[in-house]
Amino acid sequence: MTQYIIRRILVAIPTLLLISVIIFGVLALAPGDPLAQFALNPAIPMETRARIRESFGLDKPWPVRYVRWITSMVKGDWGFSFATKSPVIDVVFQRVPQTLQVVGLAYLIAIFIAIPVGIISAVKQYSFFDQITTFLSFIGGALPSFFTGLSFMLIFAINLQWFPIVYSSTLDLTTSAGITQQLKQMVLPVMVLVVQQTAALTRFMRSSMLDNLPLDYVRTARAKGLSDWAVVIRHVVINSIIPVVTLIALGIPAIFAGAIITENLFRVNGLGQLLVTSIQNSDTPTVMALAFIFSILVVVFNLIADLLYGVLDPRVKYT
Amino acid sequence: MVATPSVADAIAEVAQNTNKKSRTLWGDAWRRFKKHRLAMFGSVVIIFLILTVLIGPSVWTVNRDDLDFAYTMSNPIAQHPLGTDELGRDMLARALYGGRISLSVGVTAMIIAILLGSVIGAVSGYLGGYVDEGLSFLTNLFLSLPQLPLLLLTVYLFRDSVTKVLGLEFGMFVIVVTMVGVLAWMSTARIVRASFISLKQKEFVEAAICVGVKRSNIMFKHILPNAMSPIIVAATLEIGNAILSESTLSFLGIGFPPDTPTWGRLVTDGSQYLQVAPHLPLIPAALIFITVLSINFMGDGLRDALDPRSRL
Repeated sequence: MTQYIIRRILVAIPTLLLISVIIFGVLALAPGDPLAQFALNPAIPMETRARIRESFGLDKPWPVRYVRWITSMVKGDWGFSFATKSPVIDVVFQRVPQTLQVVGLAYLIAIFIAIPVGIISAVKQYSFFDQITTFLSFIGGALPSFFTGLSFMLIFAINLQWFPIVYSSTLDLTTSAGITQQLKQMVLPVMVLVVQQTAALTRFMRSSMLDNLPLDYVRTARAKGLSDWAVVIRHVVINSIIPVVTLIALGIPAIFAGAIITENLFRVNGLGQLLVTSIQNSDTPTVMALAFIFSILVVVFNLIADLLYGVLDPRVKYT
Repeated sequence: MVATPSVADAIAEVAQNTNKKSRTLWGDAWRRFKKHRLAMFGSVVIIFLILTVLIGPSVWTVNRDDLDFAYTMSNPIAQHPLGTDELGRDMLARALYGGRISLSVGVTAMIIAILLGSVIGAVSGYLGGYVDEGLSFLTNLFLSLPQLPLLLLTVYLFRDSVTKVLGLEFGMFVIVVTMVGVLAWMSTARIVRASFISLKQKEFVEAAICVGVKRSNIMFKHILPNAMSPIIVAATLEIGNAILSESTLSFLGIGFPPDTPTWGRLVTDGSQYLQVAPHLPLIPAALIFITVLSINFMGDGLRDALDPRSRL
């Protein structure tokens, strides 16, 4: 096991390095000048521009710049954001709580809905309940989040006026009024994300249950006189939840990156919105840091999912 | 006395059986597909949408850029069946034009993704060894890339230089389709690789090798047709994903230019008027939803129909 973990980490490191080369390469190959904003400014003469270029090391070939960038990334020096003139690391970590609150909460709710619904719909296969949930999860999987988002806004924020349309980040969270307001403004974005994620998880839980239900050990459990309920919960669910747990782990990086549309629609000031605004402002240091963080999360959670699979399922052998 | 079946009887029976229409693989698949109600529903909707988008603009001849100041942001009325936007432009004409773009982006990106995935999967599965290890590493690498951020980033960075060469709309089409396709081939490659690994040990491949068929012909003429069904399913679902990716790009303002009314663009432009004219963003959003849902239904039906083990 230890040997397997070490080998997996040794594979993960070159993967991450290659991804960082790709991200850096895309930016280095892209046309456009990082100092373009100075080009229109007559107060900065050519010589000064050349000097700025030199002080940033922009006159060096791109492999040199890559090595410099990656070493400072690893050291935690992520540079300064062009747009806010503050360190990128601060800008990014300011946004993390909002994203975690909204997207993380939605993911938790989705898990708590999807697992029981998936279990019931598999145990009562082809029942009315099963047909309804299968149909709904199909629809939920195809719903673009801007469609659900706009519809929820129209119904709950504009017509019913239950929740605010636009997310406010300046609430005072020490007062109870501020906390209620914060909870209220979280409802709609969370609902949009729950619809999306519940659909996929339910279908996966259901099919995993259906894979296990006809197996011999289930018949054995029934034969020794266990109640239906005990067979399902203590035997089938335990076995079918293993692949679902790994799927949940694999979905966690998407919690940070995948809510881009929802965050933009409701103006939640999270990481997804930061990415889009930084891209639009050509804020290269922030964009690179975010892209790199997202890739690290993907690689790390892939690793965690693999290891979890082995911990939960003793049949998995590490060779 | 029991009549023994004569040779003549047997011949007659065989002749009768051969006159019956024989059942083919694809005929069987079609028979199963027809029984899948949601898939049939999806196909009808998709065919209807494609025909509308193709023929529509020659029937509904209102220009999509004409301003009708008498009706700005109007609700659906007889002159403007889907209403008008804030400048009085006809939404039906714009939605028809946008549908052409959205659907052709979906199909073209799918072709790119499927071609890349099939070739990479075929080579990796058939050749094995170091080639397989390298290509599998590449596949896993692409799976670890942050898809949406990278898509946003590349389209944003390269759009100016590409549109300068190829023109505003066509250039944007090329870059969106290429990037969506290049970031979506991995699952196809995995499927194709897996089927090639199992198929290359079958007798018909051995026979082909003995006869001296070229390696590329064995891969693409002998094995690939046998691996076709999962590829068809993946291709169908990929169209839906590509349409969603394009509308996401347009929705975030990083896709087609503002005056090109793709469905995603219409949603963004309309979402500012959600309070006064909710149909402006909701109709194009619903069009995207219906298209993707129907495509997913079709894909699900094809999955069941092309699987010879399923007995629908």
